[in-house]
Amino acid sequence: MAVGKEIKTQIASIGSTRKITSAMEMVAASKMRKAQDRMQSSRPYARSIRGVIQHLAKANPEYSHLYMQEREAKRVGYIVVASDRGLCGGLNVNAFKSAVASMKEYHDKGVAVEICALGAKAVSFFKNYGGNVVAAKSHMGDAPALADLIGSVKVMLDAFAEGKLDRLFVVSNEFVNTMTQKPAVEQVLPLRAEDDDKLLNHHWDYLYEPDAKELLNGLLVRYVESVVYQAVVENNACEQAARMLAMKNATDNAGNLIDELQMVYNKARQAAITQEISEIVGGAAAV
Amino acid sequence: MAMTVHCDIVSAEGEVFSGLIEFVSVTGSLGDLGVYPGHAPLLTELKPGPVELRKQGGQEDVFYVSGGYIEVQPHKVTVLADTALRAHDLSEASALEAQKHAQQAMSDKNAEFEYSRAATELAEAAAQLRTLQQIRKKSGKG
Repeated sequence: MAVGKEIKTQIASIGSTRKITSAMEMVAASKMRKAQDRMQSSRPYARSIRGVIQHLAKANPEYSHLYMQEREAKRVGYIVVASDRGLCGGLNVNAFKSAVASMKEYHDKGVAVEICALGAKAVSFFKNYGGNVVAAKSHMGDAPALADLIGSVKVMLDAFAEGKLDRLFVVSNEFVNTMTQKPAVEQVLPLRAEDDDKLLNHHWDYLYEPDAKELLNGLLVRYVESVVYQAVVENNACEQAARMLAMKNATDNAGNLIDELQMVYNKARQAAITQEISEIVGGAAAV
Repeated sequence: MAMTVHCDIVSAEGEVFSGLIEFVSVTGSLGDLGVYPGHAPLLTELKPGPVELRKQGGQEDVFYVSGGYIEVQPHKVTVLADTALRAHDLSEASALEAQKHAQQAMSDKNAEFEYSRAATELAEAAAQLRTLQQIRKKSGKG
């Protein structure tokens, strides 16, 4: 019986798509676990150095480092972190949206914007969208190394030190949990003190050994590197989680589609049988 | 009971130690320094070397760091290490070998770049050995 041959082929093709998406879901789930471990193991360092920098921003240093001086914003820099591959839902688009919204604010004020794109998707997005990309790095793999990032970060830091940039932001996804990733725009330079009255408010300063300038230079560069590295590692965990979710949805949708098509197929087959019987009965009655 | 201060030792690979301590000594870039609770705010670079802790209750512990920074606040001490190891994880044999290797590379003097790298390696290996010797001294004492 040649009923619904097209439907049969369609069901088969959706079935093989479902196989692929469910395999991708499982791969993403196992990669996510590793990415999450990496994120968690580098978190204490990022948190501690952030704490130290926060203290530093609240101290009253005899020597004010370049990275700590608030300047009028004439040019601003953005480090945008995205994934290397697609098929991860709205993850990258959400990050780009918040990056572009923040850039537009500065752009409308006549402030020039420079971009450092990390991840193949960020590179291709800003190529299409337009924007002054001064540094880019992609294909860092599942386990990004700090050494891969230092070059791109240095471009931005040097620009800041030369006075070509007056603000530096990092845009990336924050890993809230497996279901939720939140894009965030964070100002890295100049350092900003968050309000926290726990720390002494009276006039105090560190003892620096050997010498404030040299020490702060090293520490602040390391701080920025740590912030960017943490953003990349966290974004990686976000990517896997988002991909897992997107692929799970795709697998579920494929299942629903197959069920619906199967129903249509069964109905068509039943209708054909009924029609055939009534034709036979009608033919017999006529004789 | 003795006064204590909270201490965190973290490296890029993870948290190494977090807890209350009575005393800590580290190798600063200008020499060894010891920190008791209530120390004035201090920020300094670290050289490769041992970090010795006396934890609450008097128990002692030794870590090895390959460099980094230490921040001291009256109520908190933070060690930001490049790499940190529990001293027990150090192996004397591999440290000695690294030292020999570095010395060999230094006597070779092929290129300036090689030389500076070998010097760093040598400093690290020597610091690891120093850490091990300190542990041995301590266990001999106790």
